[in-house]
Amino acid sequence: MKNRHKRLALIAGGLAAFGIATALVLNAFQSNLVFFFTPTQVSAGEAPQERTFRVGGMVQTGSVQRQSDGLTVKFVVTDTAKMIPVSYTGILPDLFSEGKGVVAQGKLGADGLFRAEEVLAKHDENYMPPEVQHALDEAAKNTITARP
Amino acid sequence: MIAELGHFSLILTLFVALAQGCLALAGAARDNAVWIAFARPAARAQFLLIIFSFATLGWSFIVKDFSVAYVAQNSNSQLPLLYRIAAVWGGHEGSLLLWLLMQTGWAYAVSVFSKQLPDVMVARVLGVLGLVTAGFLLFVLLTSNPFERLVPAPIEGMDLNPLLQDIGLIFHPPLLYMGYVGFSVAFAFAIAALLAGQLDSTWARWSRPWATAAWLFLTLGIALGSWWAYYELGWGGWWFWDPVENSSFIPWLVGTALIHSLAVTEKRASFKNWTVLLAISTFSLSLLGAFLVRSGVLTSVHAFATDPRRGVFILMLFAVVVGSSLFLFALRAPKVGMGGRFELISRESLLLVNNVLLAVAAGAVILGTLYPLFIDALGLGKLSVGPPYFNAVFIPLMVPALLLMAVGPVANWKSAKISALMKHLHVPAVVALVVGVGAPFLLGRWSALVALGLALATWIATAVVKGIVDRMRATRTGLRAQPRSWLGMHLAHLGIAVFVAGVTLVMGYETEQDVRMTPGSTVSTGGYDLKFLGVNKAQGPNYVADIGDIELSRDGRVLRLLHPEKRSYISSEMPMTEAAIDANGLRHVYVALGEPLADSAWSVRVYYKPFVDWIWIGCILMALGGLLAISDRRYRLKRRERKAALVAAGATA
Repeated sequence: MKNRHKRLALIAGGLAAFGIATALVLNAFQSNLVFFFTPTQVSAGEAPQERTFRVGGMVQTGSVQRQSDGLTVKFVVTDTAKMIPVSYTGILPDLFSEGKGVVAQGKLGADGLFRAEEVLAKHDENYMPPEVQHALDEAAKNTITARP
Repeated sequence: MIAELGHFSLILTLFVALAQGCLALAGAARDNAVWIAFARPAARAQFLLIIFSFATLGWSFIVKDFSVAYVAQNSNSQLPLLYRIAAVWGGHEGSLLLWLLMQTGWAYAVSVFSKQLPDVMVARVLGVLGLVTAGFLLFVLLTSNPFERLVPAPIEGMDLNPLLQDIGLIFHPPLLYMGYVGFSVAFAFAIAALLAGQLDSTWARWSRPWATAAWLFLTLGIALGSWWAYYELGWGGWWFWDPVENSSFIPWLVGTALIHSLAVTEKRASFKNWTVLLAISTFSLSLLGAFLVRSGVLTSVHAFATDPRRGVFILMLFAVVVGSSLFLFALRAPKVGMGGRFELISRESLLLVNNVLLAVAAGAVILGTLYPLFIDALGLGKLSVGPPYFNAVFIPLMVPALLLMAVGPVANWKSAKISALMKHLHVPAVVALVVGVGAPFLLGRWSALVALGLALATWIATAVVKGIVDRMRATRTGLRAQPRSWLGMHLAHLGIAVFVAGVTLVMGYETEQDVRMTPGSTVSTGGYDLKFLGVNKAQGPNYVADIGDIELSRDGRVLRLLHPEKRSYISSEMPMTEAAIDANGLRHVYVALGEPLADSAWSVRVYYKPFVDWIWIGCILMALGGLLAISDRRYRLKRRERKAALVAAGATA
């Protein structure tokens, strides 16, 4: 092989590898995006069925119910405008409590129950997850504009 | 008064840093020996001044001076002394002071360990470092002054975030910062070389030990962070692909590419442009990491306060650093020669592939980390990228890199023969195949991923051992007679093998259960039985705790009692989980308390993690390899000695 051919082979191989890598990356990327919806958006039917997404808001005070198996918990997430019932089986993060912000990741069932696979922990009791703040702000804006 | 002295000393450092940056660079450009000579003492003065500032802040914590706002926010009169000291860098302002301490410390180290370098070069390097220091000092003084007073002074402080009250916090940030900031030295060397227009193998040899040193600290810092998250967050995961973790991992990936590319530039004078670009990128990405973590755009334990001014300032600093260095690069790069030529199959080619894979991997991680931020900033919605993305991309990219890792060290520079490679590698290939296919049968469930992971780990480990043994036989010398940089490389590669084995076995055979346990009930995991005896209350220095008693036994024989804790910190009312772990080097039995349920039952996490220690042991081996490499005496040879050594080498060749 001449030097020029070798260089061509090197460049072609590099480009092919780069192309494959890019395709791999973008494909995996596309299928792993997890979108965030506010309870208002979920009740308006904007959230997808059969695809994992995140919902966030405040845990409705008095809504946390522990099921008889001891590990399944049902609670209501609200952005003060709408409410979404959520169920989760497992151990909740330390900072989960009624009246505090929460972000849950999971799928919405046809019955309207959000089955969470993950409930996200916050790291600080004074800290409001930006998603939750966003949900509350949106709901507040809508109630103001809805008023005649 | 003490705090004001610290503040004053910071301002003084700013002037010294600015003067050093300007005078040293101007002196180097105009060949002014006096200005050039100013660089070293100025670097040392800055370090001493920052040490003083740091000490005054530490003193304010020790004497519980809550009139200093930062102390009041991050400390409490009940906080034990050790954590009061660690709290100095437990918040945003103090951690930036730590950053400055490291920054000036590295510059100090350069001023001390650069006797073999020409003074002009040292002046340029220290000048660039001085400007970087000045940038960070401005940031601290304008947006994040740790010495700000609180009037009137509160009687009690707010306390340190309980998550951070842990031995892991004491060492994790300093190590990580040593890594981040350390890459500024490699960056400064690259800029100095561009300024001088001298991009040659001498420059690569000078910056190699510094890049390796920064890399080894970053490795340790990331590993410690992972270990800390594993036992402190109580979820039992060792890596979450969390944006904060990613922002330290991206510079690591690029830094790893840099230390490999520097090897080519030193030995063969090739890849010069690429190496400079990597040195610039590594430091820029460290800055980007700092921006992501410090600006509060990310939700995490590291995001202390959301002050938009800070984010904007770091972003500006980032823009200035990247913009000016790339501009300089664009001016000088066309003049840089191509360096030594090489064949398609050669060590250069293999290292090139390594660099491409690492760069693509870094790019993929950057995409997954930054894309949600962009979408949010553009107001197009909120989304996140899950760990499956990173796993799906990262693993396929690293498989070829791991395969080639055994080939690179035995391939010749310039041109390698396939037959020679086969001669070196057929034994590792056979061993890897046997272990990869066989071992999963012994461990239980056979799976292709476990087989692949174990085969790769064995392939690398066997190649390392064989490489060392072959060389000792060929040269008829002992282990200690081998060059340390060469041994260091092999040790670091062995660390990767151990790491890969650990990751493979944890991912393949771990079990995780969340269970409800009443006193007297038993759960088994990985052949062990755990009996829940109950939970008792206890009082700590600044918290109250529920402490569980769980009996660990195997085949009816009681091994020990485990005591997982659930703490509630008094000042912040923040609950914290302290996991209990039984470790023996081959597996962890991991127990964490969930919540109290009815009938004195508790929800309990019970995890079995085989070989999880190997993940961190692998990282430690990598870091030790780096340490061994920088201790190689050829980096410390004086100029005259080196000339003699070169002549001697020429004579024997």
